[in-house]
Amino acid sequence: MPAPEPIHAPAVETRGLRRVFGASRGAGEVVALDGVDLRIERGEVFGLLGPNGAGKTTCIKILNTLLFPTAGEARVAGFDVVREAGEIRRRIGLVSGGESSGYGVLTVRECLWMFSQFYGVPGAVSGPRIDELIAVVGLREQANTRINRLSTGQRQRMNFARGFVSDPEIMFLDEPTLGMDVNAARRLREFVLEWVRARPGRTVLLTTHYMAEADQMCDRIAIIDRGRVLACDTPAALRRSVQGGQHVEVEVRGEPGDDDLLAEVAGVRVAWGAPHPERGTLTLKFRLPDERVLGDVLRTLEDRGLAVQGLSTRETSLEDAFIRIVGRGLDDEEGS
Amino acid sequence: MTWLERLVLDLRAARARAYVRVVGTFREPQGVLLDAVFPNLGMCAFVLLYRSLGAPKSFEALAVVGGVMTTFWLNVLWGMGAQFFWEKQNGQLQLYFAAPCSRMAILGGMAVGGLAATVLRSLVGVALGVAVFHVRLAAFSPWWLAAVFVATMAALYALGMMLASLFLLYGREAWHTCNALTEPVFLLSGLYFPLRTLGAVGAVAAGLVPLALGVDALRQVLMGRAAHGLFPMRLEFAGLCALAGVLLVLARASLDHLERLSKREGRLTQRWQ
Repeated sequence: MPAPEPIHAPAVETRGLRRVFGASRGAGEVVALDGVDLRIERGEVFGLLGPNGAGKTTCIKILNTLLFPTAGEARVAGFDVVREAGEIRRRIGLVSGGESSGYGVLTVRECLWMFSQFYGVPGAVSGPRIDELIAVVGLREQANTRINRLSTGQRQRMNFARGFVSDPEIMFLDEPTLGMDVNAARRLREFVLEWVRARPGRTVLLTTHYMAEADQMCDRIAIIDRGRVLACDTPAALRRSVQGGQHVEVEVRGEPGDDDLLAEVAGVRVAWGAPHPERGTLTLKFRLPDERVLGDVLRTLEDRGLAVQGLSTRETSLEDAFIRIVGRGLDDEEGS
Repeated sequence: MTWLERLVLDLRAARARAYVRVVGTFREPQGVLLDAVFPNLGMCAFVLLYRSLGAPKSFEALAVVGGVMTTFWLNVLWGMGAQFFWEKQNGQLQLYFAAPCSRMAILGGMAVGGLAATVLRSLVGVALGVAVFHVRLAAFSPWWLAAVFVATMAALYALGMMLASLFLLYGREAWHTCNALTEPVFLLSGLYFPLRTLGAVGAVAAGLVPLALGVDALRQVLMGRAAHGLFPMRLEFAGLCALAGVLLVLARASLDHLERLSKREGRLTQRWQ
């Protein structure tokens, strides 16, 4: 008897999801996921942001039925990842950036057709879909070229198209634009957003190393570190959650005297200097909770005999929020 | 998903995977040359040896049948047994395990495609035997030939499907495992001499290695009494059918075990792990 279709279930739901990798070769146990609770609704583009080793890929592998959780529960499209893997596999797609797929002797078109067959897509449907995807990833001229004659970037783009060939309900994109050139990455981001917009109810779970990508694409983002979800909200709300408003950089000429030269200005939370010996200047970076305080800062600098050479401001970015929440940047090693 | 939908899905997956094998054969002409000609050089050496020693003509036919079957064993070993290992290395295996089709369908496609491609290569051996060495065969039944050949291939490729998982579970470089298995199986299968020569060892080999039983049965179909068969041909045919069934079940079981272990331990099917 076919399994019931839980159409009202969220796209992804995890409760207390935990995954521990056993000790091997002298290394101890590694806790990759430590009680992850997530709920991703249908139609969302959801981002999973975290530094290396945070547990993002482990989470995606569990949701793709490639790994068992050690404890907790994970459901995709309403189906349990352990007991109902077959139902899940029919509904999902997976693209891992930096991976290549297919066989060198096949052409791009043949390779995409092969993968469409693993998902049971009828020929009448797969043909036009493959043509569309080949155009989207910019491989129209290489459609009949053997894969072993493609460049690395072209193979990555083909791999991206491969993930969409089954037109899945829920798409898992694990660093999909890793190593791609800027134009190709931008085109693929636009495609994903259009793909979701044109198909109500389709869901994307994205992991990425590029903050701007997550900021641009995601409706909500979960920040994960050491296997735990530290924050989960819209990009705008995450930015707002970080105290402080505008970020200011002022380049000054002169001797600042002591390091704490802005301490007397109320509301300035952080201040530090970066010297530019070649220009004989110093850049002060600080955050202002209220832009009206900027006048006080400039007056203080003038009183100290520092000549302002340049000034720039920017709003709190997702990266600022990430660093504040996690305690380090995406590419920073732990403890550095 | 109904059983019919599942069947259609698996047939599509098997056809797609077989397509890679067949297309690959024709797109790499230098590969055809290497795969078709080189395995037959051993066969040529034995035919010439028997001829120079003045052995009965039937021994030359015996070596030709063994040589032709060599191509299938090499395909099973390198193209089936080692295949999941290569797939893992290039990151493809996890895509198979994430796909909704059955992994047995993918292995089945590999087997059918590999078999079809290898039949073409084995014809080179047949051509060498008939046209160059003028081997003579007894009058034989084409029906029995087809039946024994199909049963041999079913058992042999089912063994390959099982080896695909076992090679990954074994955890060594597939390269070394293939090399280690090639020559012992050649010997135990009696590829260039009657299996009966091995005595009790030959009987055990016939029960374990489908190639041994298949080669012996095919020789009996093609050469009659001159084949010096180990067991009656019909008994060997029945043994091959039984082996095919048992090996298919074991292939399925080892594949399921591999998948469970992979999901539990987070390695085996995933690259760099």
